[in-house]
Amino acid sequence: MDKFTTLTSPAAVLLRQNIDTDIIVRIERLITLGRTELGPYCFEALRYREDGGDDPAFFLNDPACKGARILLAGRNFGCGSSREGAVWALMCVGIRCVIAPSFGDIFFNNCFQNGVLPVVLPADKIEALADVVRRDQQAHPVTVDLEHQAVRAADVAIDFEVDPGRREALLLGLDEIGVTLQREPDIAAFQARDRALRPWIYF
Amino acid sequence: MGGQTLFDKIWAQHVVADLGNDTALLHIDRHIMHDLGGPRGLADVLAKGYRVRNPELVFATPDHAVSSAPDRTEDTNPTGGKFLRDLRRYAAQTGVRLFDLGQEGQGIVHVVGPEMGISLPGATIVCGDSHTCTHGGLGALAFGIGSSELVHVLATQTLVQRKPRRMRVRFEGTPQAGVTPKDMILFLIGRIGAAAGTGFAVEYAGSAIRALPLEGRLTICNLSIELGAKMGMVAPDDTTFGYLHGRPFAPRDAMWERAVAFWRTLPSDTDASFDVEHEIDAAAIAPQITWGTSPQDVIAIGDRIPDPDKAADPDRRKAMAAALDYMGLLPGAAIEGTKVDWVFIGSCTNSRLSDLRAAAAVAKGRKVASGVNAWVVPGSEIVRRDAEREGLHEIFRAAGFQWRQPGCSMCVAANGEQVPPKARSVSTSNRNFVGRQGPLARTHLASPAMAVAAAVTGTIADVRKLGA
Repeated sequence: MDKFTTLTSPAAVLLRQNIDTDIIVRIERLITLGRTELGPYCFEALRYREDGGDDPAFFLNDPACKGARILLAGRNFGCGSSREGAVWALMCVGIRCVIAPSFGDIFFNNCFQNGVLPVVLPADKIEALADVVRRDQQAHPVTVDLEHQAVRAADVAIDFEVDPGRREALLLGLDEIGVTLQREPDIAAFQARDRALRPWIYF
Repeated sequence: MGGQTLFDKIWAQHVVADLGNDTALLHIDRHIMHDLGGPRGLADVLAKGYRVRNPELVFATPDHAVSSAPDRTEDTNPTGGKFLRDLRRYAAQTGVRLFDLGQEGQGIVHVVGPEMGISLPGATIVCGDSHTCTHGGLGALAFGIGSSELVHVLATQTLVQRKPRRMRVRFEGTPQAGVTPKDMILFLIGRIGAAAGTGFAVEYAGSAIRALPLEGRLTICNLSIELGAKMGMVAPDDTTFGYLHGRPFAPRDAMWERAVAFWRTLPSDTDASFDVEHEIDAAAIAPQITWGTSPQDVIAIGDRIPDPDKAADPDRRKAMAAALDYMGLLPGAAIEGTKVDWVFIGSCTNSRLSDLRAAAAVAKGRKVASGVNAWVVPGSEIVRRDAEREGLHEIFRAAGFQWRQPGCSMCVAANGEQVPPKARSVSTSNRNFVGRQGPLARTHLASPAMAVAAAVTGTIADVRKLGA
């Protein structure tokens, strides 16, 4: 997994609430395409007009958002389907950090698995960041500093909470499976104990 | 110290290692795989040089990408055929049990797990699908995972999880005639919102839940994720045990007795406390229908479509206006009478035998309105066979419904079965998201009985007004 330490980039703003993972990427794209080929299909229901042309109002078509690696988002971002392809699609368009008041629980975990940082901040703090960013995205980049757990943009600075284990894994780029496999004796001991208690689980 | 909740007990019983900060390495008792996530996950495990640690705890069946055509072969949807052959190959190579097309055990993963007795009370159950919360209806701790977590489970039979907070929702009282579990859970989501359950494990309780047959509890738990909660559960009781007894993978004889005795210790203690509690008057619920593009956009069938201008929150106002625009609906209009093009009865929410019986009871002696395409897709091979034994398929066919083969079909449209652009669909599935049933498709979620009412009237209709 790629490390995540500090990221400074223009930020895109998409404060609509309940953005589900279906709208981030359609399931049929995940069936036919590889995980690095999803860029043109990220948010396809929102970024294109019905005639197939770009909707200039959407951040992916907005020159002011060029190079954005940070997304300021609304409540319950990434709700719905468990598809990890939603994270891959965001990565394909360059996003490495999403800042929202809350996230879909499964999407939230999927982010950490891919070196993408989901940051939970109160809605009013995100509004404050969005106000700064909207004045001029390119002139007011946002910095997300995982080590010091802080988000900064112009004169706005906000601390955030993150699970210490998740933070360490991102800072070091740890492979979670490799870490867990080191606990194989614990897993074997658990199963031996549990087999005596709940033998019907093990057939 | 206070008592423990159902959730707390199951969580504590599965901690392999406490990782601090409310995070634990949890043992996973059951891993169910489908045709999209399964082949990729197994391929990944092998490519990374791991082994499948406990293949006997892993079960696979094709559901997402297979065609539901009445005369399907594995290649009716060619992409589905490719996924299925990959799944077969990797399952054989790793020792994972596969229920193939035409076999008992094939079907939607969340229908198959319970009906085969694979899913059990007190078990931790995962699947690379967000509706895994369905299995919580048996009193299991069941939740959806992403593809990286799926590989982690295959390689280690464990998962790193942060402990959620606990919410209890009590449904009290007796629902009116024509009101189903689907209406109960949609009503709750409309009342408290699609993000209310984020970060929570939800326990459904109260007299109306106790009175529900097991399949109804599965429907309630199925929509937990639409409430934002990746885990939903109902305490196991005699209804649960009666449902499971004799199922193919459920314990038998002396082992059954021992398991039941254990399962009886699982329900929340009377002095257990929850972080959040809600109570719903089940008698006050009318049949529900969604009007927007989130499951929280739901009203009673007799209500008018809400007006975004009356919403207090500006973000909510914008979301409502965008939803109405997408759905082609006007604020303030009655939703009843809205013309319908498609009706889909199926999905892990509402494709079990009890759902099909409820649908057939309304369809019997009626005809699908002209211009409406109406499908019934049974949830599993077992449901299909049971329904045909009762003659339900003949009732549906006589009414003008297509009777199809088991799978996810038009709920997720991953097998090419889509609602056309701007067509209006009444669906018994779980998501009315933008593009969910196909690009620009307009989905209204409802119960099976309400879906049949829509099919036979050609409009969004109140099933209670159809008469006998």
